[in-house]
Amino acid sequence: MTALQATCLIVVAVLGALVVATRDPLRQAAVAGIFGLALAALFLSVQAPDVALSEMTVGTIVIPVLVLLAMAKIREHDE
Amino acid sequence: MSRRVRSVVALVALGALGTVLVIAVTGLEPFGHYPGPYGDVLAKVVPGERHTGQLVAATVFDYRGFDTLGEEMILFAAVCGAAALLRVRRRKREEAGTPARPAPSFATRATGAALVGPVIVFGAYVIANGHITPGGGFSGGVIVAGALVLAYAAGQVVRLRRVGSIALLEGAEALGAAGFLLLAVGGLIAAGALLKNFLPLGTSGLLLSAGTIPVGNVAVGIEVAGAVALVIAEFLEQALLEEPE
Repeated sequence: MTALQATCLIVVAVLGALVVATRDPLRQAAVAGIFGLALAALFLSVQAPDVALSEMTVGTIVIPVLVLLAMAKIREHDE
Repeated sequence: MSRRVRSVVALVALGALGTVLVIAVTGLEPFGHYPGPYGDVLAKVVPGERHTGQLVAATVFDYRGFDTLGEEMILFAAVCGAAALLRVRRRKREEAGTPARPAPSFATRATGAALVGPVIVFGAYVIANGHITPGGGFSGGVIVAGALVLAYAAGQVVRLRRVGSIALLEGAEALGAAGFLLLAVGGLIAAGALLKNFLPLGTSGLLLSAGTIPVGNVAVGIEVAGAVALVIAEFLEQALLEEPE
């Protein structure tokens, strides 16, 4: 394992814990997006660029956007 | 269960999971020492058989195209279901009138507007080069769909229902799914086997090469872009554009 891969693994572990520790869903969506980016960097460091690209798009576009939109819908229900 | 008992149970479970994970990871082959035969076999035969160096695309859209066909149908069914659920309350909304929406700041609008075009072009590039460089239909499709979010950030009040954009997105999703299915059946008709690569293979590295692989990429790209954009658009229309009175 190279230093780059070890660094990526540690960053992913720390960010994963941060996603769980973030209690406010609005902030959690943003932290989850950054976590997705870190995961993509990890995949790239183990020479899986295709998976990295998919993770980047899903982790930073689809998941945060859908979480935010679902929250907007829930908030509208509460009103 | 009290808070204390819950913490103890969680800690024990996490400890067990952590131990098992460490044992599993330390038992892996060292990085770069792939033990199985399939990767090596594909690395040997793909450049000659399919005129492409992109083994992942060749596996996904050709050698194991059947799996991709199933995944396409899963995505198609999932998005149809989500859209049907989100639409239950649409009729009620049509009587609700004009949307009330806070105006985005100039910085948000300018960034969104500046990025819409480049993001669509980049998504199209990722789709079109899926058989040459990393990327392909799935990633590229999601990137193209992301342009819709940017357009919304740019302050474009997308009156989706009125201009028929929803129908367009539905059409794109269905067209992409049908396109991949037709490609699969095309192999059956032209070459005698489902998903068989029946188009001319061309010169490796060119945009038009690798036979049916780029065609599959484009079909999947159109479907994924339509599917993701459709879900986002349904949500936008439901949750954001038409606030209740």
